[in-house]
Amino acid sequence: MSLPRWAAFVAVMLFFFSGACAKKEATDIRLGVNAELTGSKPAVGASCKNAAELLAAQINQSGGLKLGDKAWKVTLFVEDNEDKAESAAAAAQKLITQNNVLAIVGPNASGNAIPAARICEDAGVIMVSPWSTNPKTTEGKKYVFRACFIDDFQGQVMAKFARANLKAQTAAVLYDVASEYNKGIAEFFKKFFEENGGKVVAFESYTKGDMDFSAQLTKIKGADPDVLFLPNYYNEVPLQAQQARRLGITSAIIGSDSWGSEELLRLGGKDLEGCFFSTHYAQDIATEKAQKFITDYEAKYGQKPDDVAALTYDAGNLLIAAITKAGAPDRRKVRDALATIQEFEGVTGNMQFKGTGDPIKSAVILQIKDGKFAYHASVKP
Amino acid sequence: MLQVLGQNVLNALQLGSVYALIALGYAMVYGILTMINFAHGDIFMVGAYLSLAAAVFLLGLPFKAPLPFVFVGALLFSMFLTALLGVTVERLAYRPLRQAPRVSAVITALGVGLFLENFTLAMLGPQPRHFPGLIPMQPWNIFGLTLTPLQVLIILLAALLMVLLDLLIRRTLLGMAMRAISYNRPIVPLMGVPVDRVISLTFAVGSAIAAAGGLLYGLAYPVLDPYMGIRIGWWAFIAAVVGGIGNIRGAMLGGYILGFVEIFTPVLLPASTYRDFVAFSLLLLLLVFKPTGLLGRPMFERV
Repeated sequence: MSLPRWAAFVAVMLFFFSGACAKKEATDIRLGVNAELTGSKPAVGASCKNAAELLAAQINQSGGLKLGDKAWKVTLFVEDNEDKAESAAAAAQKLITQNNVLAIVGPNASGNAIPAARICEDAGVIMVSPWSTNPKTTEGKKYVFRACFIDDFQGQVMAKFARANLKAQTAAVLYDVASEYNKGIAEFFKKFFEENGGKVVAFESYTKGDMDFSAQLTKIKGADPDVLFLPNYYNEVPLQAQQARRLGITSAIIGSDSWGSEELLRLGGKDLEGCFFSTHYAQDIATEKAQKFITDYEAKYGQKPDDVAALTYDAGNLLIAAITKAGAPDRRKVRDALATIQEFEGVTGNMQFKGTGDPIKSAVILQIKDGKFAYHASVKP
Repeated sequence: MLQVLGQNVLNALQLGSVYALIALGYAMVYGILTMINFAHGDIFMVGAYLSLAAAVFLLGLPFKAPLPFVFVGALLFSMFLTALLGVTVERLAYRPLRQAPRVSAVITALGVGLFLENFTLAMLGPQPRHFPGLIPMQPWNIFGLTLTPLQVLIILLAALLMVLLDLLIRRTLLGMAMRAISYNRPIVPLMGVPVDRVISLTFAVGSAIAAAGGLLYGLAYPVLDPYMGIRIGWWAFIAAVVGGIGNIRGAMLGGYILGFVEIFTPVLLPASTYRDFVAFSLLLLLLVFKPTGLLGRPMFERV
């Protein structure tokens, strides 16, 4: 009696294997998206996914990507990395081995991008991170690129801004010591603030997931800094600002590109009124190209694109430009094409590549005014 | 220096109050069932979300509801519904396993916790939620210390709830039944005590207190996410063990101790990274030298 069941099992397995093994001529360009859809910064993942899907839809609606005499459709595979380093690496692995993607866009947070970059580099698959600003992401890698500036530059921008515009003599920093991004930029800020003649009077840390910062902030209050630098993500900064103000810290508060989500305002805009932060683009000074992107994005999703969305769109377009230049969806050829792109005009501005995976581009400084992000200044590299 | 110390004592009291409220739930359930309810941290999370729902609803009423009314309304609503949730969890997940080996119940509890987290995640989405401010936060300055009305409320309300619970357990018939069950469960039904109902009520009371903790926590740290109960649950669990698991007063004491550990580690050591290390080392040392916790009594095995 057990034979028919056993035979049926074999038949089913054979059926599946035959399906898996049958190699068809590929007619689509497979791109992976490795995004923070759940975890502590879901707004980042949502923006990344939205912008990638917008770009793919735009290409497919216009008949696909023409390489030679053949038009290729773009197929996206979106993986959630749960905002965890190990899941980001696993998501990259899955996109490469199961979905056989040509290239991957994301992850965005540096803590996720660095481990995923290692996987992509070893597998020889192109990875373009839209938002990871930590230098380590691309360092010593051939297949890893990004669409944003790096923290070397960003730390300098905010340190100079604090010294020159806010006339700060002393600064305090509170940062997440368990997260690559926060730790990296905190150290760059400290270095450049001191190089510019200021003094960092408190350099305090906490660990991802903390909600209570009162002990560190009490220390900072004792040091009485002119400016408090909070290079942390949008879900933590409102708590930190609120607790700082409640403890009676009156220093100016400044931040970095991790503040860029509108969620920041929703989670506690009142305490952040008047604060400055550096980021990648400003909707107020959008170029014609950026304006078109903003309109398209708003029409599709009913909200304005934040910096992650804009950078994802740029990262995707950078890849498309490289694929077009290479003339075939071949990992090796596309990577070589990408490495030879010297200048690229994106919605977040002009990018120049000097032989590394890191573009050289301007930063903008935004101020939170009347519960909105308002353009304050641009800083050229 | 003295001011910094005083300020940190206040900070620690605020955090310790919340830990103590949650630790009570672990201690009560352990006392009565000798089972660790690992879903308790997530019940706290649901309590915080229910208070948020009530607060948002009451603030959205056409007439402008006064804030103290909104606060009390949110507190009662969330305590009631969370109590119901606790009872339901016990009835559906733990009672069928009453006779099963203890490890089955612990695994079930972990499963219930995961269920609550992921259910909340699926229902509400992963975006963190903002808790509206119901209690004024303008700091008062007293002798160089800054103190907010919210901080005072958290410390006092938590203390009040703990005193009430202590009275409930020591002075009422229900409390006597709870103590009797924890003393000798096989014998108590013979005396006519409805064991299942007392267990249900224990879950109700423990969950309601966790919900109050959830509201206070939400007011103090107004960003809620579905995973917020995990870390706090662990810390409250350590608090319950430090105080002597199963002992109510021990759990309160443990909660405050853990609050002080969390605040004073980054004050005394160079980085907050050592915090969990300090807390767990404390637990380890305590268990080596006093395995029953600070106020726990030695358990004797009944054969």
